[in-house]
Amino acid sequence: MKNVKVLGSGCSNCKSTAKLIGEVASAKGVQIELEKVEDMQAIVNWGIMSTPGVVVDGKVVHAGGVPARAKVESWF
Amino acid sequence: MRFPMTINVTSDHLPVLPRSAPWVWLILALVLWIGAYWNLTAFADALLSVIGLDRTTHLGEAVHFFFYDTPKVLLLLTLIVFVMGIVHTFVSPERTRAMLSGRRLGAGNVFAATLGIVTPFCSCSAVPLFIGFLSAGVPLGVTFSFLIAAPMVNEVALALLFGMFGWKVAGLYLAMGLSVAIVSGVVIGKLGMERYVEDWVRALQKSTGSEFQTERITWAERVESAIAQVRDIVGKVWPYILAGIALGAGIHGYVPEDFMVSIMGNDAPWWSVPAAVLIGVPMYSNAAGIVPVVEALIGKGAALGTVLAFMMSVIALSLPEMIILRKVLKLPLIATFAGVVAVGILLVGYVFNAVL
Repeated sequence: MKNVKVLGSGCSNCKSTAKLIGEVASAKGVQIELEKVEDMQAIVNWGIMSTPGVVVDGKVVHAGGVPARAKVESWF
Repeated sequence: MRFPMTINVTSDHLPVLPRSAPWVWLILALVLWIGAYWNLTAFADALLSVIGLDRTTHLGEAVHFFFYDTPKVLLLLTLIVFVMGIVHTFVSPERTRAMLSGRRLGAGNVFAATLGIVTPFCSCSAVPLFIGFLSAGVPLGVTFSFLIAAPMVNEVALALLFGMFGWKVAGLYLAMGLSVAIVSGVVIGKLGMERYVEDWVRALQKSTGSEFQTERITWAERVESAIAQVRDIVGKVWPYILAGIALGAGIHGYVPEDFMVSIMGNDAPWWSVPAAVLIGVPMYSNAAGIVPVVEALIGKGAALGTVLAFMMSVIALSLPEMIILRKVLKLPLIATFAGVVAVGILLVGYVFNAVL
């Protein structure tokens, strides 16, 4: 089970990022726990400056804009 | 320049471009682009004769304007967004922050405003960006120069202004936007308002530096990312552009040119510029949404300075953005920010009405 956090203040890009991650994970049959982090202080503590950011198992793997599908696939 | 010779294992699911030779495709696309751009009038003429309209009629002139302007603006937008998409792959917010860290007021503001044009920025990232900059030792005034310039002077605004009004207006807008961002940042810096940043932000460790390292990317990936950006941005803004050009076409063909002269023109009362700025504050729109309105206003005889002041106010001073910023700034600083930027925009409006 992978823990995936989408960091962002709820803008449309953050929503599409979360949706894309969910899609890719279920397409690949990977079990994930998807979490949305909207609290500004928490986001900043991850050292992210451009949202949406993505954290997989405690590691920042993406920041700024909706990630490419291929990039998401490489996380699982 | 090195060509990426090996295929990236992680992204082999999505070979958008032949990875070994993006240059060939780029040159081909550029040739097609130039060919299309040079034949815009011929294209509009041909389309008009297919419908069976004549340019000498009101309707014919309006339709011709629409057929000419739409592909022109879309072509320009595509090219500029693509070029900026490539530039964006070189300039991440993290890199910009590193370049601005420890800069002095003055030169730092000029640098910050300029970087604001080329750094990828979305207004929903304003707060994390703000904190990221401050915690890395970028001075408050320099940070503000960046935050003001980034949304206001962006490639979509410039491309649309260039496509609809020519390079002079686009250049004026660029110069005016940069000046407002630089001067406002310097003023905010000089006022020494650091204590009006929310306490929890100031308490953050200075070492909150990003642990996130941008990976090295190949040219094929840069091109791919730029194409994705074109698809995203052009896909989002084309309805606004069509609506704007349709409006402009209607005005072009029908409405008398001096319709707005008495309210927003050069002979309008002195308060027309502040009124335009005030009306712009509660309006929240991006450049794509506002340029059609600008085109309509100018088409009806409004003065350029007044209209550009209105456009800047809509983009740079928005109520929703200030509410977001309230999470990191105390009210006096937000009020100062809004006041300084508003005064800057006002001055710009008056100066350009006087000069032009």
